[in-house]
Amino acid sequence: MKTLAPKSSSLTNMYWLVKREFWENRGGFLWAPVITGGVFLLLNLMGIITAEVLGARHGIHFGASGELSNVMSRMDAGDMSKVGMVLDVAMYSSMALITVVLGFVVFFYCLGALYDDRRDRSILFWKSLPISDTGTVLSKVLSATVLAPAIAVVVGLVAGMAQLLMVAITLSFHGVNVWQLLMQAHPFRVMGNLLGYIPVYVLWALPSAGWLLLCSAWARSKPFLWAVALPVATGLLITWFGIMGLFNLPSTWFWKEIVLRGLFSVFPGGSFTANTGSGHALVINDGDGLDVMNLGQSWAAMTTANLWIGVAIGIGLIVGAIWFRRWRDDS
Amino acid sequence: MNAVVTASGLSKHYKNTAALDNVSFTIPSGRIVGLIGPNGAGKTTALKAILGLTPFDGQLSVMGMDPRTDRNKLMEQVCFIADVAVLPRWLKVRDAVDFVAHIHPRFDRAKCEALLKRTKLTPDQRVKQMSKGMIVQLHLALVMAIDARLLVLDEPTLGLDILYRKQFYQNLLEDYFDEDKTIIVTTHQVEEIEHILTDLMFIRDGKIVLNTEMEAMGERFIELMVGADRADAARALRPIDERTVFGKSIFLFDGVERARLEALGETRRPSVSDLFVATMKGTYA
Repeated sequence: MKTLAPKSSSLTNMYWLVKREFWENRGGFLWAPVITGGVFLLLNLMGIITAEVLGARHGIHFGASGELSNVMSRMDAGDMSKVGMVLDVAMYSSMALITVVLGFVVFFYCLGALYDDRRDRSILFWKSLPISDTGTVLSKVLSATVLAPAIAVVVGLVAGMAQLLMVAITLSFHGVNVWQLLMQAHPFRVMGNLLGYIPVYVLWALPSAGWLLLCSAWARSKPFLWAVALPVATGLLITWFGIMGLFNLPSTWFWKEIVLRGLFSVFPGGSFTANTGSGHALVINDGDGLDVMNLGQSWAAMTTANLWIGVAIGIGLIVGAIWFRRWRDDS
Repeated sequence: MNAVVTASGLSKHYKNTAALDNVSFTIPSGRIVGLIGPNGAGKTTALKAILGLTPFDGQLSVMGMDPRTDRNKLMEQVCFIADVAVLPRWLKVRDAVDFVAHIHPRFDRAKCEALLKRTKLTPDQRVKQMSKGMIVQLHLALVMAIDARLLVLDEPTLGLDILYRKQFYQNLLEDYFDEDKTIIVTTHQVEEIEHILTDLMFIRDGKIVLNTEMEAMGERFIELMVGADRADAARALRPIDERTVFGKSIFLFDGVERARLEALGETRRPSVSDLFVATMKGTYA
């Protein structure tokens, strides 16, 4: 017997399977958020330059006479915390754009994850290796719901801090102390809040990811069409015949809880609608600043039935996707 | 005898057609089996059944395992190259080696790297930048570095030029095959592999119509070349095929005594492709 590579465990297998997904989807997972962040920064820079130019042309020299720094020095602690709040929001705002892009990336990733390799027949290579279909599908769920958002958060934070720096440096030209300002921001809290949101996102996105993966594993062609057309056509039928009336529910319930929830839960932030729906209104507490993303808020979704019913359905859909991955024989 | 694959009553139906119709066969260890058949005869279905890629009826045991239920375990012992160009286009040589090295418990990285050194492939090259021949070189290097007991090749050299095709089989024979390994290969380029086969299986319309060792085939089937004057005498012995080359008649006999044929003219062992053509007469008619 020759010496062989050490026996691999299922954990290292999973690591390499997720790594494989990253290799294949570097464009969506990494470059899409990076480019979005870059564009966001560029837009900000252009905005600042425009403001400076316009300001100079119209003779508005705010800060030159020390007015702005005077304003700053007259602020009390409460006012300063509001400055911090504004800066935090500025950091989140870079995240917002990336988040939208992330939603699209995850949506189309899930639709292609179990379909593209059947179409180009490379599934035959993957299936020639001792990888279970369960492992394959779960690695795709992990990549979509954990890896992609984690990368997006990191990129978003870097972009957010760069933006913060950009604004601060501009203000410093107008006589405002940069560091005094920046100290008011809470980059670590922002980072913690965003990373801490990922578990909620995983659970909330599960029915959507499951549905898209199921379509991806099942469709013989055009998974996008099936994934979207099936719920929409059902919704139209239900609206037309007023079927939801039988359950004493309006047709809009179906559109909101099945069609929208099923298709678009991979877009981050959706779970906040569950909070408001169940009476947990967004609380903007003056004392804490506008810390809407705080974990208390985002984790409130964990207490809703909506989330857990979705998780159960999502698991069912993923089991279906695994079954089709195992037995779909068309390549 | 140490059977690697045992099939009995193996059937697979697609809608109305039978891709495999109650097929039974045994493949012992240490063999190179050519599974030859016309398009749509059921070759690929048979291979897919062995690899657990498709459900089927009947009994099938691959190294004692049922491919339907033990597939993950089975794939540690079985490798396959299905067609050329099934490697994903985005894959880099380096990543491919890395991935298989960590996923496959029986992969020998040093061997794979040594095999790759013999090619023009570079670690940073992506599959989409390779020619078909290079893709197969990469795939073969990965597969040959895996110490598997069964290797399944489904048209592995389709679309390759003759240099790559020769090299492919030469590599397999010289650096891979031994008495513990078994290879099942399907191809339409029969002439190129007939000298390496130990066993021959013809499949037609989902049925095995011929299953023989190559040596036994040379005993059973005899080709006879006679001049026009003796053609009728040869025909009386009921050949299974007849053709004419340069005014001489060539007959193919199944199970006729060699001595009787030698009395009529020159005899020789038929080529697999001639035997194939004779056996499959009327397939597409």
